[in-house]
Amino acid sequence: MTDGKLPLRAKVATSVSRTAAALSRAAGRGDGSVIGGWIGLKIDPDLLRNLAAGRAIALVSGTNGKTTTTRFTAAALGVLGPVATNSFGANMPTGHTSALAKAGTTPFAVLEVDEHYLARVIDETTPRVVALLNLSRDQLDRAKEVSMMAQLWRTALAAHPDIVVVANADDPMVVWAATGSQHISWFSAGQRWTDDSWVCPECGSPINRAQGDWWCTGCTLRRPQPKWVVEDEGVIDAKGDWHLVKLQLPGHVNLGNAATALAVAAEFGVRPIEAVPRLATVASVAGRYAQVDRDGRNIRLLLAKNPASWLEAFDMAEVAPTLLSINARDPDGFDTSWLYDVDFSPLRGRQVLITGDRAYDLAVRLEVNEVAFRHVTTFDEAVRSVPAGRLEVIANYTAFQDIRAELDRVN
Amino acid sequence: MNDSTLRIVWIYPDLLSTYGDRGNMLILARRAALRGIPAETYQVRSDQAMPTTADIYLIGGGEDGPQALAAQRLLADGGLHRAVNQGAAVLAICAGYQLFGSSFYAKGAQCRGLDLLDISSDRGETRAVGEVRGDIDPRLGLPPLTGFENHGGRTHLGPGVSPLARVTAGIGNDGQTEGAWNGKILGSYAHGPALARNPAIADLLLRWATGADSLQPLDDTWSERLRGERLAAAGTA
Repeated sequence: MTDGKLPLRAKVATSVSRTAAALSRAAGRGDGSVIGGWIGLKIDPDLLRNLAAGRAIALVSGTNGKTTTTRFTAAALGVLGPVATNSFGANMPTGHTSALAKAGTTPFAVLEVDEHYLARVIDETTPRVVALLNLSRDQLDRAKEVSMMAQLWRTALAAHPDIVVVANADDPMVVWAATGSQHISWFSAGQRWTDDSWVCPECGSPINRAQGDWWCTGCTLRRPQPKWVVEDEGVIDAKGDWHLVKLQLPGHVNLGNAATALAVAAEFGVRPIEAVPRLATVASVAGRYAQVDRDGRNIRLLLAKNPASWLEAFDMAEVAPTLLSINARDPDGFDTSWLYDVDFSPLRGRQVLITGDRAYDLAVRLEVNEVAFRHVTTFDEAVRSVPAGRLEVIANYTAFQDIRAELDRVN
Repeated sequence: MNDSTLRIVWIYPDLLSTYGDRGNMLILARRAALRGIPAETYQVRSDQAMPTTADIYLIGGGEDGPQALAAQRLLADGGLHRAVNQGAAVLAICAGYQLFGSSFYAKGAQCRGLDLLDISSDRGETRAVGEVRGDIDPRLGLPPLTGFENHGGRTHLGPGVSPLARVTAGIGNDGQTEGAWNGKILGSYAHGPALARNPAIADLLLRWATGADSLQPLDDTWSERLRGERLAAAGTA
């Protein structure tokens, strides 16, 4: 829908929303992607629905990888024309509203959606495709527990049987959530973290795993045959053709995110051969994977928010001096007990520095894990403590933002 | 395995390990190893028989469904009851603490517990989420308890148990007391890796299990810093 066809209330709301976002940016209060949408929705509660109407939309949700997969998917759909997207990771309805208002008229939109809001955003945006990446423990002091989240997704999708679901065959909770849908495109991106799916969400029996396969020992739930599969340094598509996928982003997990994006784009008619070169243009995502040179050190930023994403970060990180930073502020969750769900032993033998509001929790964890470390109180001290060359920085959410601010809000 | 080896069982990590509960097993094993006490750890899944002859049993937190399932399986198995009757030490946390009592609530229904602690649990009006702190029963001779709690239950203590601690911040059982103990069984709402912040409780379990009156002191510099920070933070948020 173009601005000209919007109802008057929506037009006013859109205009005010854009102005507020611009003011917020000008005032240095953030990127404006939340405040603009918040004001717009106050003026017109149907604004997201109005702004979504007439666009072909893909939603991307899951505990981990949604920002990167959204970026990849937007890049892939770019083959077809302009794409609106919430590329700052503002993944609740205010962020979606702001992103669509800011983008103006576009035939396509790719929106990252917080897991808790998926049902509402499906209702309001009537997407063509919903991508379900994974479900694992994350900020348990306030987030819904994993099985409750799977149930919410399952109910939401059952109410919209015409939506195409692109879903991860390797995650039993995702498979169970998607199974009621009529049109499912399964992908396999591997699953390093399995501690949240030992028990079948359907019948409560143990789930067994072997050689990448999994099955419930008590009912018929089992891994579906995926159509899109990561293999070696590339992706096998739904027709069985293998495509070399060269990315700037590191790690096996990002190949999985790329496979997901290709599977979503295919539902819009984009061929992998057209999309793959566009994935290689993505160099960093809101500071994640960004590299900054300072005082002879090449500093790379990796975000790790929960146990599953720490495992992926260790897979990506080079054997190099490593700074770990942990906070437990509101966006991180106040509870640090997840530190014991992460095995830090891959860091043994590396020079490890620790910092952040909750460095003492990390110190006790690393001692038990027999990982030697040194505590530093500032980012500068960390940089000065390591030799020239690569410094890997792995941090949770607000700790990551703090370090990004030290590096002039690198993107 | 020989008779001098300390055997530590982690009960049903497939059902009850929501909040880094593995930490308690790792900390006990390490504190034993640092003192030259050989220790072995066993993770016993809910489809396996419960060993009856281990020295320390650990049970952690979890969601309602798995909690109810764990209670059913432990009652049917009977191994844990035999172990407790033979004098094994137990640390029961959160959902695991509740199911050690006579009854608890899960998914809106009253469930039968293991009846190994004289407690019963129901639902509170609000969820207790945040730092918890308390002064531990002086008979145990331990420094203050610090932990993070996240539970919807309220637990009532019968005459057969004593409170583990008097609450000075947070909720615990009911805003007054936190946890319970009797014999060599300790229960607490200080969830997940509670022993990371309370190494003295880890050492109490090790003393109970080995029969030693005292243990060689360890360098707890980082634990003490963590304790100082969290004891000061409790009650301020």
